[in-house]
Amino acid sequence: MVDVFSLTCSLYPLQWVAPHLALHIPDGFLSLPVMGVTWVAAIALIAICLNKAQAEYQDRTVPLMGVCAAFIFAAQMINFPIPGGTSGHLLGGTLAGILLGPWAGSLVMSVVFMVQSFLFQDGGITVMGANIFNMGLIGTFLGYYLFRGIRQAIGRNKLAGMVTGAAIAAWVSVMVAAIATALQLAISGTVALQVAMVGMVGWHTLIGIGEALITVATVSFIWRTRPDLFYRPPQAATSSLRRSLSTR
Amino acid sequence: MNSNATRTRNRAVVLTGLGIALLVAVFLSPFASQNPDGLDRVSEDLKFSDKAAEEPPAQKLPFYQVFDEYALRGVPEQLATPIAGLVGTLATFGLAWGLGKLAVRGSDERQNHESE
Repeated sequence: MVDVFSLTCSLYPLQWVAPHLALHIPDGFLSLPVMGVTWVAAIALIAICLNKAQAEYQDRTVPLMGVCAAFIFAAQMINFPIPGGTSGHLLGGTLAGILLGPWAGSLVMSVVFMVQSFLFQDGGITVMGANIFNMGLIGTFLGYYLFRGIRQAIGRNKLAGMVTGAAIAAWVSVMVAAIATALQLAISGTVALQVAMVGMVGWHTLIGIGEALITVATVSFIWRTRPDLFYRPPQAATSSLRRSLSTR
Repeated sequence: MNSNATRTRNRAVVLTGLGIALLVAVFLSPFASQNPDGLDRVSEDLKFSDKAAEEPPAQKLPFYQVFDEYALRGVPEQLATPIAGLVGTLATFGLAWGLGKLAVRGSDERQNHESE
């Protein structure tokens, strides 16, 4: 323990040299037009989410939004090492979509990126639209609907459907996020498309596996403890819940 | 369903979920890998990391006087990141709850009517 502790302390100075970026784009990487388009896309989708949230959700979802946001913020702090001297961390968009649905899920992801950018200078303020779009909305929409399709195909009430859908959707959402980021960097003239694509897709193939593992672990945990919390719960969840809860 | 039982159950979810998040942010954050992550690594390999703004707008905010990235200023290194994690997690929790409250104007009463 002492060794780990001193190791941690000795590693700290590196943090100042190499800031956490993950897929977080810093100010300066994107051109004005790319920033504009991604801001518009992010704001438009968030506006739709705000409307849908009002129509689709009930008060009991609200605390769950807080919990989901807190967990994704915390999980994003934990960079896991991947082979080759790089690291990655959870994005969480797909997880938020599975738990809260795309509408509340997107709102939650937007809050996470705002806190990171404003409070902790992680992810540029001027490029926050791109960061919300890439790391949040791609997961909460593309990831969620991919998850939903796979789950439906395997069986809505089966853990296997849930887990398979979550794993594939989580991995794909990271890959698409990496591709989107590479495209935005290239269109901005920051770096050539081909090399950016190779680099981003290469590393995120592995980072996506981490995303899939954490998403599956969390989804399985919720499945075992409180399956009724899912945006689209398995049909058995509500009835079995009543029995188990009286003892709680 | 008994509304008291429901309330207790939901409180348990919030406490457990927030508890797990806080444990992760406080106790795991010091052990996070310090390797450059995806985009970071690519920007170094492809030599465009220097295009990042040297004085990004976030550094003009008062929060920058308090936090230097995920580290609270003015405390020992071992505490800086855990405290940043604690504050960040609670802030995210509160803001998402607040935004949810503003966005979701439905009520559980409506749900009760539906089930009647």
